[in-house]
Amino acid sequence: MRLSHRWREALTGLSFISIWVVGFLIFTLLPLLRTFMFSLNEVRITAEGIRTQYIGWDNYRAALLMDVQFGDILVQYAMETLVTVPIIVVFALMMALLLNAKVRGKGVFRTIYFLPVVITSGPVIKQLIDQGATTLPGIEDVIELSLLEQMLPGLLADMVTYLLGSFITILWFSGVQMLIFLAGLQKLDASIYEAASIDGASRWETFWKLTLPMMNPMIVVNLVYTVITQSVFALNPVIDYVQKAMYDPALGMGYSAALAWLYFAVMLIMLGLFVLLVRQRNR
Amino acid sequence: MGFLSRRVIDRWKRILWGFTGEGILFKLIIYFLLTLVGFVYLYPLFYMVSYSFMDTDDLIDPLVNLLPTSLYLDNFVRAAAVMDFGRTLMQTVLVSFLPAALQTVSAALIGYGFARFRFPLKPVLFALVLATFIIPPQITMIPQFLMFQELGLLGSIFAYLIPAFFGQGLKSGLFILIFYQFFRSIPKALEEAAQIDGAGSYRIFAVISVPMAVPAFIISFLFSMVWYWNETTLAALYLGDQLRTLPLQLQQFAAAYQKLYPVAPNSKTGRSLNEAINMAGTFLNMIPLLIVYFVAQRWFVESVERSGITGE
Repeated sequence: MRLSHRWREALTGLSFISIWVVGFLIFTLLPLLRTFMFSLNEVRITAEGIRTQYIGWDNYRAALLMDVQFGDILVQYAMETLVTVPIIVVFALMMALLLNAKVRGKGVFRTIYFLPVVITSGPVIKQLIDQGATTLPGIEDVIELSLLEQMLPGLLADMVTYLLGSFITILWFSGVQMLIFLAGLQKLDASIYEAASIDGASRWETFWKLTLPMMNPMIVVNLVYTVITQSVFALNPVIDYVQKAMYDPALGMGYSAALAWLYFAVMLIMLGLFVLLVRQRNR
Repeated sequence: MGFLSRRVIDRWKRILWGFTGEGILFKLIIYFLLTLVGFVYLYPLFYMVSYSFMDTDDLIDPLVNLLPTSLYLDNFVRAAAVMDFGRTLMQTVLVSFLPAALQTVSAALIGYGFARFRFPLKPVLFALVLATFIIPPQITMIPQFLMFQELGLLGSIFAYLIPAFFGQGLKSGLFILIFYQFFRSIPKALEEAAQIDGAGSYRIFAVISVPMAVPAFIISFLFSMVWYWNETTLAALYLGDQLRTLPLQLQQFAAAYQKLYPVAPNSKTGRSLNEAINMAGTFLNMIPLLIVYFVAQRWFVESVERSGITGE
């Protein structure tokens, strides 16, 4: 009797998630396997259908060793992500701390900061960037860019220039993260802070010793979320390149599939790197 | 020295700074920072709105910086014509509202299944749900594209609807997680009472659990709708030329403009594409979402707390 009850529960549960299992097999797992197969083949689309010819790891070899352009944009994407993601997460945490203070009119500010999450699409951002709407006027007057480039080594100067030129678009990608931090901050127990302040801890100390460690799960979530959103955003040059390769008869779908897998691998490495760093710091 | 005695200094320090930072000065600093950042956030939008009303004279005039001298509406007329605004808007609503609704319903079913029942391989399956969120659509889109092509679904809304129904739509993993967390946070007692009364699991789900999860439904639908609306990579690939969304039209704005308003060489009447028209197009493209945001603002801004997505 007890066993049958268990079986019934399992079957009901599985019936609820059955649409997901079917969908996962057809629309995620099968395509994943197919892209992987494609990446090991030369794929030609002919009038009779798809022709594939097995070529082993040649596509990967060609992408990594011969395709200079892809290598460049992949490295650039990795560098930019490694710089932007921590900036977005730190900025989101700072804004969440400000919004968590006891001031009136917080709702208005929250509404402003979250607005970009709703209206951001690739073409909108592209139009705004192209028209120069995303650079604050006068920022070049305040910081002399050419001077900066002389003082700093090449790569670092490039990074700083990149940040100054695109910092509005960085802010525009921090809305969700800010809310996640804010929700975490609001759950913190006020009595711990009272105890700390009675013991003579300053705000600065309580932030580093209490708030930050307790925010750790949210930091991990936000790092992962930010890496993913940055990586799949339509304006990402790597995505653009992968898509162009797909339609390019000289490169083909097999090559494009290999590029997509390489891109996914780099993204996973970065995810792992961020998560490891946060875990390490905590020990 | 009485005037500057320690007590007086302490008192002022307390008023301005406060014991734990609730003083006037502290609040002023916070307001200043919040406003400054708010300005930076909104600057691109100010720029867009202001430029969208400028006529050619304003654009050329170096004295006109950010505010147009008059409200020039012709930019909007042209931009709307280039984007075929009315028709495109209807199509965009169609390809964002329907998949969002379907995705929300299936995410609720799946989330409920994971939250309420024990079955073999549950941890593995749930880990896979979360993993689908990490897999970039770019890696599955080529075979999916070929699959839809074989089925003859390219260019139709079904290329969006079918994956959404099977819990494999845009960011489906996230929505399943929202419902999972939400259903786990509501007490089981009511459901158990209904079970004793002899109600079946599907009935309990429909009659008792769904009404309690209204916030999760609203939040999921809104976010799903916004993300489908703003999606361009998959839209271009699956919907093609048959279903044009506003962001896709904006993407091809310059080319479409030249087609609709060709500028004959040496003619003085034709007006070529300028930044004012570009900004008017961007603004038009944004208006429907701005309206949605301001109507449903509370649901967006409170989404994280209400859905309990951050967990306990």
